[in-house]
Amino acid sequence: MSVDKATVARIASLARIKVSDEELEAMVPELNQILGWVEQLGEVDVTGIEPMTAVIPNTLRLRDDVVDADPLTGGGRRDAVLANAPAAEHGFFGVPKVIE
Amino acid sequence: MSEYRIQGATGEWEVVIGLEVHAQVTSKAKLFSGAATAFGAEPNSQVSLIDAAMPGMLPVPNRECIRQAVRTGMAIDAEINKWSRFDRKNYFYADLPQGYQISQLYHPLVGEGRLEIQLDDKDPENTKTIGIERIHVEQDAGKLMHDQHPTMSYVDLNRSGVALMEIVSRPDMRSPAEAGAYVRKLRTILRYVGSCDGNMEEGSMRADVNVSVRRPGEPFGTRTETKNVNSVRFVMATIEHEANRQVDLIESGGKVVQETRLFDPDTGTTRSMRSKEDAHDYRYFPDPDLLPLVLEDAFLDECRASLPELPDAKRHRYENGLGLSAYNAGILTAEVETARWFEELLVQTAKAQGKDDADVAKQAANWLTSELFGALNKVGKGLDDSPVSPAAGAELLALIGDGTISGSIAKQVLEKMLETGDGAAAIVEREGLKQESDTGAIEAAIDAVMAANADKVEEYRGGKDKLFGFFVGQTMKAMQGKANPQVVNELLKTKLG
Repeated sequence: MSVDKATVARIASLARIKVSDEELEAMVPELNQILGWVEQLGEVDVTGIEPMTAVIPNTLRLRDDVVDADPLTGGGRRDAVLANAPAAEHGFFGVPKVIE
Repeated sequence: MSEYRIQGATGEWEVVIGLEVHAQVTSKAKLFSGAATAFGAEPNSQVSLIDAAMPGMLPVPNRECIRQAVRTGMAIDAEINKWSRFDRKNYFYADLPQGYQISQLYHPLVGEGRLEIQLDDKDPENTKTIGIERIHVEQDAGKLMHDQHPTMSYVDLNRSGVALMEIVSRPDMRSPAEAGAYVRKLRTILRYVGSCDGNMEEGSMRADVNVSVRRPGEPFGTRTETKNVNSVRFVMATIEHEANRQVDLIESGGKVVQETRLFDPDTGTTRSMRSKEDAHDYRYFPDPDLLPLVLEDAFLDECRASLPELPDAKRHRYENGLGLSAYNAGILTAEVETARWFEELLVQTAKAQGKDDADVAKQAANWLTSELFGALNKVGKGLDDSPVSPAAGAELLALIGDGTISGSIAKQVLEKMLETGDGAAAIVEREGLKQESDTGAIEAAIDAVMAANADKVEEYRGGKDKLFGFFVGQTMKAMQGKANPQVVNELLKTKLG
């Protein structure tokens, strides 16, 4: 698998990362090198082996349906949530107008 | 139901419809955080650091959301996947602080299921099975407001991270009416199960409507997807407009493009959302923050055991076990609250009259559907805020049952009950509405009526049978409506000879 300049430009645009033409030129061989390196994994025969989802045997833990049980993962902290917003008014985040 | 066809200039077209319904899961806290889900709170007051996508915060799924999605799957007879996984769906929008939605593309929680829709209210046996491909669990996005500031849009993240079930149907529907019936049935099931409140006005349920057209019997045409349609009526309008638009387009030599569209409720039309074209490249990948979700048998057993009797089963039981008409069974089971109210009425009525449920079911059902609904409607109320409780209804029915009052007097009593909140027996006593079954008093009234209308008695005896009703009416009038109609009929028959 390899990528060309147009593909890299598209991925950058989807990720909203601004990349200059010069940077694009440099990125194409870099990304292709990484892809090639990872592709070596394809040489390993994994027939009949279950995909590994975690390095140690572990299953997903679930939380109870309780509101604000833990201050770190609960709501009711609007000031903290809005603190880093470039613009906030009347309790809302303010963003450049996006309209369909 | 006859087949739905679009009559084009070049012949008939069939419409193919699939629906993706997003249903908000009923839970106190969000899917991956402890923030509250209640509707209508102050902006951004129910947002945790997880929902605001602060770096380093890790999602932990809410067990109740998983449980409700599993119970919903069981209610549509679906396969439950004991092993499922969350994926990231990547796109940029101001209402999505993470830059991706946590969803389930590759391994959804619920697999293939189905539900049955009724195509005709009057004929509940006329059904069609609609396939459901899957249900997956995902996060809702925040809410944008565009009209509060000249240059900015405001973002409220209270809804961000609330759990949704995306219920994906097979392209099995062929008309707006079938799609409408499907959404209504799905809503009924969700409300029975209690996994979603089904409140479409508040956005708890909304549908993405996939529509294509084809010549009958030919392969599927290219479909369009109209996003976020939020009422049954709009779903039907979307299909009608979109199908006709596609037929016109094809017949004038154009081609349908696969695209995302928006429904405009003001004009009843759909339009293209060009800005979303790029967004289809979602670059899904398994969410590395979340391990696979593995469900234990004990969890599944509890989910199954907690399911209520479902609408179809209830409807059949009302028909076959209680002997109700198909029509009444349909009405009484369409809303879970109605069914609950009816069942409480049934228990109370059976108790008050010392009979079995099945013996009073018809009386209770008829009274509820034809008397109480109408009377409530007149005073602008519904069952949920009815001043008459099931027990009060049962008291009224018992008075009819034992002949204390007639059916027509019962109507007056019900009106008084709604007005005053008093019990039926107290009203009957106070207003002197007790039915007269004493043959002596009725006979006297009949004699007076016959004496005053000797000519009509002659005509009746001469063969004008229609006059019988006249005598009944006159006698009832003389008795101020309180005579037992059965006794009046019998006595009149004998006396008129």
